[in-house]
Amino acid sequence: MAELWTGYAWPTIIIVLQIVAIVIPLMVGIAYLTYAERKVLAAMQLRQGPNIVGPFGLLQPMADGLKLLGKETVIPAGANRVVFVFAPMLTFLLALIAWAVIPFGNGMVLANINVGVLYLFAISSLGVYGIIMAGWASNSKYAFLGGLRSAAQMVSYEVSIGFVIITVLLCVGSLNLSDVVNAQRTVWFAIPLFPMFVVFFISALAETNRAPFDLPEGESELVGGYNVEYSAMTFALFFLGEYANMILMSAMTSILFLGGWLAPIDIAPFNWIPGPIWFALKIALVLFMFLWVRATVPRYRYDQLMRLGWKIFLPFSLFWVILTAGVLVTFGWLPS
Amino acid sequence: MALLDRTARGFFLTELLSGLGLTFSYMFRPRVTLNYPFEKGPISPRFRGEHALRRYPNGEERCIACKLCEAVCPALAITIEAEPRDDGSRRTTRYDIDMTKCIYCGLCQEACPVDAIVEGPNFEFATETREELFYNKEKLLANGDRWEAQLATNVATDAPYR
Repeated sequence: MAELWTGYAWPTIIIVLQIVAIVIPLMVGIAYLTYAERKVLAAMQLRQGPNIVGPFGLLQPMADGLKLLGKETVIPAGANRVVFVFAPMLTFLLALIAWAVIPFGNGMVLANINVGVLYLFAISSLGVYGIIMAGWASNSKYAFLGGLRSAAQMVSYEVSIGFVIITVLLCVGSLNLSDVVNAQRTVWFAIPLFPMFVVFFISALAETNRAPFDLPEGESELVGGYNVEYSAMTFALFFLGEYANMILMSAMTSILFLGGWLAPIDIAPFNWIPGPIWFALKIALVLFMFLWVRATVPRYRYDQLMRLGWKIFLPFSLFWVILTAGVLVTFGWLPS
Repeated sequence: MALLDRTARGFFLTELLSGLGLTFSYMFRPRVTLNYPFEKGPISPRFRGEHALRRYPNGEERCIACKLCEAVCPALAITIEAEPRDDGSRRTTRYDIDMTKCIYCGLCQEACPVDAIVEGPNFEFATETREELFYNKEKLLANGDRWEAQLATNVATDAPYR
């Protein structure tokens, strides 16, 4: 009995508590990301943004969430019910489970696996299934076109993201995310690999279907894309999943290029601040760039999107993989 | 050379960066929108909002039931019935405006010889039912009493231009 407690029950409780400690701040982060998005866009368009619900409109995300909870879930008559309901769950689930390998600080990681980067890459590739299932199961032209666009777009940009990650891995010599961060103690990879940082950021925009690559949603021509037929909590799950993915891609950007939980300069006033706070600040910075880009750039046309992905980013990132590898080998800087 | 120039500008994202700089600078400019229910924009004295029937300072209603407004109303929103009052003066017994028909053209106040029917500065009279928008004489006179100060100033301000 004692062995059952110490061997199984107690570790399970610890892990569940750790999961809760990750998921709850993440949920709050998602809620306030929607608020920040509306406020930043409003500021850049010289508007007010939400300011009625609570002080400075701070309770707006809660009001929106309650509204969605109170709505009726409509399932279209022609939809495939099982897939239709499963798709948003899958999207949301995938957006959450990726966080298992994200290191929040030195040793603060739920699953410190040695193929962390590969795991993240695999999970973010699976994300396309939720969207294409939603597009297909809705049995609606708009949703179907949105799902197809999204699938093609995510697949295209994953290729260049893969090459960018390979460049980083060449400089690290490990697939473990904590090792990736620790390899940036001297200099963040955003500096020597700056072009790759830009490529990664733009591909992350495409990967999360954000402006200017938000044509899977394409309000103006697809009236909302893959999630047209969704309502109430099924829609809310898509929405949460999309924003969780944004935060996840920002976290990946921070870990791969901005030194994760490390302080910008390793001297007194900066390294007193604990790692998770630096990490959160860096995520917030990248998220702000997401919103900033959305306020600036108009939507791409589909052929421009494909041209950028396949004819520019792919050769460019491939060239940088070879260049980085060449430099590392020539000067003998390969990590042991 | 043009190709090189274009490629370089594309690769160094110069146009994107200048655009981003512009939006960032806009972030710190003052807002152009009003915080509406708490702040309101200025309204011209000629603003044509909710109707009101005015009274003379001694409390006598101005309307003499000439029915010019009813005749001129292009939307046929005004209905008037009149008969002589006990003291012999001609007054309306019924003065209805269907606010759902009204197009706020202002012809009624133009037609009125005694400045009785006017369109006031109030534009916030939304209701939850249609019935509440079928205004009768009591409602219009109550509006007149409520907005009289403003209505009198507006009529006086606009008088030189008529």
